[in-house]
Amino acid sequence: MNNNSQSIHIKRDILIRLVKAFDSDNFEKNVAKIPFDMRPKGADVPYRCCIYKEREIIKDRIIADLGFALEPLDESERLDEMAADSLQRKTIEENPLTVIDAACKGCVPSRVYVTDLCQGCVARACEKACKFGAITIAGGKSHIDPSKCKNCGMCINACPYNAIVRLIVPCEQACPIGAISKGENGTATIDFEKCISCGKCVAACPFGAVNEKSHIIDVLKAIKDGKKVVAMFAPAIAGQFPGSIFQLKSAMKKAGFFDVLEVAQGADITTKKESAEFVERIEHGATFMTTSCCAGYNNFIAKHLPEIKPFVSDTKTPMYYTAEIVKQKYPDAISVFISPCVAKRKEVQANENVDYVLNADELGAIFVGRKIEILEMEDTQYDYDSSKQARNFGVTGGVAAAVNSLLDDEEKANAYVIDGLTKDSIKQLKKYAKDGCCADGNLVEVMCCEGGCIGGNSNIASPKIAKKIINSLLEKSNDLK
Amino acid sequence: MIKLNYIIETKGALMETIEVKICSGTTCFVMGSSFLNELYELIPQKYGEKVSVTQSLCLGQCSKQDTHSNAPYVKVADTIISEATVEKVLAEIEKRVNKNE
Ligand code: FES
Repeated sequence: MNNNSQSIHIKRDILIRLVKAFDSDNFEKNVAKIPFDMRPKGADVPYRCCIYKEREIIKDRIIADLGFALEPLDESERLDEMAADSLQRKTIEENPLTVIDAACKGCVPSRVYVTDLCQGCVARACEKACKFGAITIAGGKSHIDPSKCKNCGMCINACPYNAIVRLIVPCEQACPIGAISKGENGTATIDFEKCISCGKCVAACPFGAVNEKSHIIDVLKAIKDGKKVVAMFAPAIAGQFPGSIFQLKSAMKKAGFFDVLEVAQGADITTKKESAEFVERIEHGATFMTTSCCAGYNNFIAKHLPEIKPFVSDTKTPMYYTAEIVKQKYPDAISVFISPCVAKRKEVQANENVDYVLNADELGAIFVGRKIEILEMEDTQYDYDSSKQARNFGVTGGVAAAVNSLLDDEEKANAYVIDGLTKDSIKQLKKYAKDGCCADGNLVEVMCCEGGCIGGNSNIASPKIAKKIINSLLEKSNDLK
Repeated sequence: MIKLNYIIETKGALMETIEVKICSGTTCFVMGSSFLNELYELIPQKYGEKVSVTQSLCLGQCSKQDTHSNAPYVKVADTIISEATVEKVLAEIEKRVNKNE
């Protein structure tokens, strides 16, 4: 996964401009200007065919950042009106992702492709191999008629020069459950019945065509309206910014949040409950238990592998417990979960204690737009001192290690970590569910993203650096008791 | 009070050392400066004492209208590199090292 591509750079650039527009004296007008500020008259056209298309795609990104779906729109919408609408909205969109058509069309529609290596040979093995009559020879070269091609790949195998290749569509390749596919018209569509909101397509698309419908305007507006907006950040977020989490808290308060809690606080509760649950399950003869705090995994279970449900821990996620604490402490609060991934958006929808989600990069955009230098902030303490184990929840292996830290030697789990939900690891999980046991261990930690939550699609820091920053926090943290 | 939570520093002989400063201000960090981190290993490996590389607070480049677009910034001696990449930074160092010799 690459969180450092040009398309991500543009995405964050737009978010920052959106925050600045929100803070300006004329939000609607300044939002409408963003495409022209970014691609002014006479500017270079770095990526697409013409400046108009570049502006159009920037406009679409802004619409997603304003929190709207692109699918029902027809290009006639005016950005200033949409910006105004975003301020009126009371509820958030159900499905978290939306695809930018115009950006998506930049990528291969047909998937089997004749390269320049084609020698126009006499054998014409490709033509013969094709059962659908999709290949013709013209001008001394093979041609594939995309309307007839069924992507079977027979010609690929037949060509003696390896001149025919299968072009990979990155989003399809990245999706572990085949929920996104590029149709005949060249546009990818997401099947939301299947989609587990893992965010892998968002990270994989080199055109940045898959976008989250942001809640950033809703959060900014709640703050501006003087609501008590309380943020709780996932353990992985501690690794996404320069400076300590104590400086981060000051920075967030400066950005307008009323209070800030670590979701690690809830992770301490998750750990306690989950370790007790593990012991109890094993005593009652269970052969294994899987963790339950990854939202992508939970979505996957619900939609694709309900059979494994009896083996999944009933303990709630750290976000769940933290949100409970927030609403107990501040019953009138608007609570915002600061998230490393898309999947948590679905979990938030199902949780009445959480109102909005902000991604790490959306929070970052607020800092930049409001000129908040985290490294220059004073420390602000947290009311609760989260444990070392909880603060490591976002790193693969962290959850299982936390559970084990509370168990006596004879009770200790034999932990096995599924580091990333992929087509292969899904096969593994299916086998565990079918066999009713797991040969690899009796506590299976499942993380949808490789590396754990620090590998989430909306993170800022490289996973390596995130881990380093988190490790420096762990050194100063106490063991869970 | 200023605290860096991870500091990787290599110091060389003061005289003809080329100073490289990688910005870790909020803007540069949000715009991807953590992906430049391999420079902290690469530079000493390649240039030893000739080049020093440190993490820096906001280099002051991002504060003007829309200049956040060109972050992350890296300073190599007195040259500011915008939209810095590992390759761009190494190329600038290379230019200067050759001039020094
Ligand atoms: S944050 Fe790098 S120049 Fe300001």
